[in-house]
Amino acid sequence: MKQIHVSEISDAVEKLCIEANYDLGADIMTGFKKALQTESSPLGREVLERLIENAAIAHEERVPMCQDTGMAVVFAEVGQDVHVVGGSLTEALNEGVRRGYEKGFLRKSVVNDPFERVNTGDNTPAIIHYDIVPGDKIHITVAPKGFGSENMGALKMCKPSEGLEGAMNFVVETVDKAGGNPCPPIVVGVGVGGTMEKATFLAKKALTRTLGQPNPEERLAKIEQELLERINKLGIGPQGFGGNTTALAVHLEVYPTHIAGMPVAVNINCHATRHQEVTLEGRNE
Amino acid sequence: MADVIRIETPFTHEMVRTLKAGDNVLISGVIYTGRDAAHKKMIEALARGEELPFDIREQIIYFVGPTPPKPGQVIGSAGPTTSGRMDAYSPTLIGKGLTGMIGKGLRSAEVISAMKEHGAVYFGAIGGAGALMAKRIVSAEVIAYPELGPEAVRRLEVKDFPAMVIIDSQGNNLYETGKAQYRQS
Repeated sequence: MKQIHVSEISDAVEKLCIEANYDLGADIMTGFKKALQTESSPLGREVLERLIENAAIAHEERVPMCQDTGMAVVFAEVGQDVHVVGGSLTEALNEGVRRGYEKGFLRKSVVNDPFERVNTGDNTPAIIHYDIVPGDKIHITVAPKGFGSENMGALKMCKPSEGLEGAMNFVVETVDKAGGNPCPPIVVGVGVGGTMEKATFLAKKALTRTLGQPNPEERLAKIEQELLERINKLGIGPQGFGGNTTALAVHLEVYPTHIAGMPVAVNINCHATRHQEVTLEGRNE
Repeated sequence: MADVIRIETPFTHEMVRTLKAGDNVLISGVIYTGRDAAHKKMIEALARGEELPFDIREQIIYFVGPTPPKPGQVIGSAGPTTSGRMDAYSPTLIGKGLTGMIGKGLRSAEVISAMKEHGAVYFGAIGGAGALMAKRIVSAEVIAYPELGPEAVRRLEVKDFPAMVIIDSQGNNLYETGKAQYRQS
């Protein structure tokens, strides 16, 4: 059986935490530049130009783009034919977060308990989502999530009678209510179906898709496009100062659900939509 | 780009009255930082009849919790946090003479009403442009609540710090007028 040592996993996560916070994704930069061409508000264009300038400073000077360096959300797709050796996989992922946030001078924003609220001092624990997949590799995505945007998310357990129109209305209303809070231009992750936790998971996972890459299923890609058009007619614009670039993209994921329900989850991400990923290959014993 | 208005702190009531929603400003001088936890402590101090950690009259509070500075840096990345979380506390501070707030996002009716009554301005800085804004901060010193870490109250000296007037002292609100101007639905 192929093996991966926990130290290799921690090293990879450390690097991903730092890169996600210092380096704007090429997909997002392309999104900003496209938006500069289509944004009709002068204030909106100025915001986009400053965001491009900010990304350049962060990249060149090796500093975080934003002071909210987020809670570390980790998606780990673990091949069923690989053996993790040298310790606990979960601890290895947390150790990577701990080191990344310390060495990268990232802000420690995690508190120990929602009521006691004492800072844990090292930005752990991470939020870890495991998936067991075929193969002998481990694929890790680190998506640091800031809470200016996270706080604007919402879930609605829609009735099936509300249909596609009801689901779409809920998504647009959620973005409209959020206004300038989540740092537009935003990326909107939408999860529909499953159970309540499945829908919210899908909405979060959708945010890790390359910006603007449509859902491979054409009917769903059309819904994404229609939602994006409706959202960009809201007028919120970059930073909420007014304009027609409220969102850079809408990413929709769906899942089978129960005859009696239609959960709809909306997870909003700020304009940086940070995520970095790596595939670790198993080695022979 | 519209004309830029330069502001020097202290941010006087006279200056407050001249600014209008949508004005582009560059702020220079001393400003103070504070987020949720520091605001809560300040309000509790007032309730106990104690003084605030700094004289708040005609001053500006920046809602920010910076990243730790790297060696050689004055401050880490330092963009605005969501202002709505300070809505419960801001009216009291405005009543004590606070004239400016810098943050991002919507404010409550209570905050806007206090701004109109006492004369204060709400500025927006660009959320997420923390690396850019750190370059306009020339000194930073923790002056209260060091136990709060990134949430401690800092005295910042800024030079040409870029911001936008979102809500002016008459209650005009760029978030409403800007959105209305571009809304198509």
